[in-house]
Amino acid sequence: MATEILMPALSPTMEEGTLAKWLKQEGDAVKAGDIIAEIETDKATMEFEAVDEGILGKILIAEGSQGVKVNTPIAVLVEEGESADDVADRAGADSKPAQVQAPSTAEGPDQGGQPGKSAVETVKTPEPNRSPDWPEGTKMKTMTVREALREAMAEEMERDETVFLMGEEVGEYQGAYKISQGLLDRFGPRRVVDTPISEIGFAGIGTGAALAGLRPIVEFMTFNFAMQAMDHIINSAAKTLYMSGGQMGCPIVFRGPNGAAARVAAQHSQDYAAWYASVPGLKVVMPYSAADAKGLMKQAIRDPNPVIFLENEILYGRSFEVPDLPDFTIPFGKARIARTGKDVTIISFGIGMAHSLEAADKLAQDGIEAEVIDLRTLRPIDYGTIIESVKKTNRVVTVEEGFPVGSIGNHLSAYIMENAFDYLDAPVINCTGKDVPMPYAANLEKHALITASEVVEAVKKVTYR
Amino acid sequence: MARKPAPATETAATGAPSNVSRDELLQYYRDMLLIRRFEEKAGQLYGMGLIGGFCHLYIGQEAVVVGLEAATKEGDKRITSYRDHGHMLACGMSARGVMAELTGREGGYSKGKGGSMHMFSREKHFYGGHGIVAAQVPLGAGLAFADKYLGNDNVTFAYFGDGAANQGQVYETYNMAVLWDLPVIFVIENNQYAMGTSMKRSTRSTTLFGRGEAFGIPGEQVDGMDVLAVKAAGEKAVAHCRAGKGPYILEVMTYRYRGHSMSDPAKYRTREEVQKMRDERDAIEHVRELLLQGRHASEDDLKAIDKDIKDIVNDSAEFAKESPEPALEELWTDIYAEDLPQGSAEEHA
Repeated sequence: MATEILMPALSPTMEEGTLAKWLKQEGDAVKAGDIIAEIETDKATMEFEAVDEGILGKILIAEGSQGVKVNTPIAVLVEEGESADDVADRAGADSKPAQVQAPSTAEGPDQGGQPGKSAVETVKTPEPNRSPDWPEGTKMKTMTVREALREAMAEEMERDETVFLMGEEVGEYQGAYKISQGLLDRFGPRRVVDTPISEIGFAGIGTGAALAGLRPIVEFMTFNFAMQAMDHIINSAAKTLYMSGGQMGCPIVFRGPNGAAARVAAQHSQDYAAWYASVPGLKVVMPYSAADAKGLMKQAIRDPNPVIFLENEILYGRSFEVPDLPDFTIPFGKARIARTGKDVTIISFGIGMAHSLEAADKLAQDGIEAEVIDLRTLRPIDYGTIIESVKKTNRVVTVEEGFPVGSIGNHLSAYIMENAFDYLDAPVINCTGKDVPMPYAANLEKHALITASEVVEAVKKVTYR
Repeated sequence: MARKPAPATETAATGAPSNVSRDELLQYYRDMLLIRRFEEKAGQLYGMGLIGGFCHLYIGQEAVVVGLEAATKEGDKRITSYRDHGHMLACGMSARGVMAELTGREGGYSKGKGGSMHMFSREKHFYGGHGIVAAQVPLGAGLAFADKYLGNDNVTFAYFGDGAANQGQVYETYNMAVLWDLPVIFVIENNQYAMGTSMKRSTRSTTLFGRGEAFGIPGEQVDGMDVLAVKAAGEKAVAHCRAGKGPYILEVMTYRYRGHSMSDPAKYRTREEVQKMRDERDAIEHVRELLLQGRHASEDDLKAIDKDIKDIVNDSAEFAKESPEPALEELWTDIYAEDLPQGSAEEHA
């Protein structure tokens, strides 16, 4: 049977091309794989191979023709003894390709069903979950953030045989920051795995193990080093569930200290909260208190998705009250109102909470009652609690240690403007680290970081005091 | 499609090694031909605008995956790069599902959300389909880590190219894989060109399997245009891994007939070079000759197989054209797993 040879698309963007040269002539025998023509695309001259065998019955587009649209019949291939004429006539009468219809790519939200969330559609802010994190009257114990993290990991390793910890110095050295102290003795080298200094390598191995069904906790000595492993965190861990149409879950926790410690200069002092929070497929946790560190770590290990768990070196040694419960978790996407107030809403997370609470104490002395919200998780974010508070106080200051451009505060400002504009009595102010690499000199470092007095100043601005 | 050729029961009269059965040879012929015809069809659909974006064809390299798959058992895992259609077909994934993913349709393995470079199958233990060069190497070692952790005797085949062999993460992975005795076979499909850069222009260390020596990983070079040689090497590597001796490297010398991707004019090598490989070393022709010379099959027998394969491929193309585009709601699904993924904690408990 005679078949039409169509003008091929030879690059992802080609819509038309030039038929530069015919390498076979009418009457020539052609077999699959033979080059029959040269075609110029916008990028290069490509050789065009035959897919079927037969005889080149008729050339429909002469060589040298420019602007030949993709899928235009350019020749007719016939079997031996067959004439090309009837096919050619048909092609002449109807120059559209016979059966090929490429799918449309530019469907708007109104066509073919409702996509759900267009750019202009306002998604209703969900009702906040304001239930207490633990029952009233629960016995409390005092512990450091370091102990809380260790206890959370140990409890989950006891609970689930597939949970294991890997990273640099997590085992015999007992953890660079002593988070994993004692875990090697308790669980053995099969489940507490010391790695060489190979961030991209062990992040990839951890991710592969998670795809195969284990639940790795991958410790980065600090998140500064995780930049070496960024490809696996984003491209391999966060995107695979989507790329596989829901087949390949990746239950993994990447954890370690994030942000500035003290006097360790630019390469060891970055806060990555906003980077990770921008990536769909990741969940991002950044606790302040020991209770949150414990409850959220246990939740992170149980979560079937990749979780970025951003700790802070300065907070490791601080003590907090932690509920003395055998199995205590905190759900993601549930902010904590650390302090209630009516005059202004301060939204923060991680070590930013230390500055925010200190500022709130000072402001109280001046008669300003600040409501302080600890987001705890940055993906998902508890928008409900934020909006509810904004409606009450009408003024917002965000506080974080990271860089100002593309910050969490920037995102919250936009969200509040879109969803509670009429409730705002002043522009939202974002308190952030300064827009500079972290300096080493003690005085400069102090100025590069966010401070409680800057938060106080911002609050006074939005409250017009 | 049956994956396991029958063990050698009758010996070849001439041409084929005496330990290869007729059924085995016929199976390799079918499996390789399926990949070639499937890829030719994919190239055709690309030309028609039905497949978009990047599309990297496996034509010429068929003997690599077909030979190695013949050395596997149920439970073994595989992972590869973006030149992945052949690996999927060879491990038994359906031509329909792969082709429909290429056309971006609901019936594809990833519901149209992955495309040519990103397909997966839990059922067939195929872990992708990865678009970042060499990322699949540590991921593959991670799959092997999981099997070792769980105490089974599965092995993982981590495929990558000569181009990927120059990525640093490969050597981080070699180091840890041997340190922890991971049951992973690193398969370097050396088709001699990293996109447009030949081996000579990218490294002075051109014996790629030899790079494992620095870490204490054994390896060897294999003729990748000879499916029987590939299978034999695969069996050796598998035996090494299953015995708990750690990783193994196979550098399989192969050749891709087509460009790096569909939009590659391939000016970095001559037409004659490609033609010479096709004429003299083609892996499918090789098995075809063994079958005919050994009188295991007649021309008519092979024609019947050709027709079968053509039917499977045409059916897959029809399916891929007719399968609807994914519903727009799919944009918002599969970003987060709600429950435990398959094959996770509960299952192993």
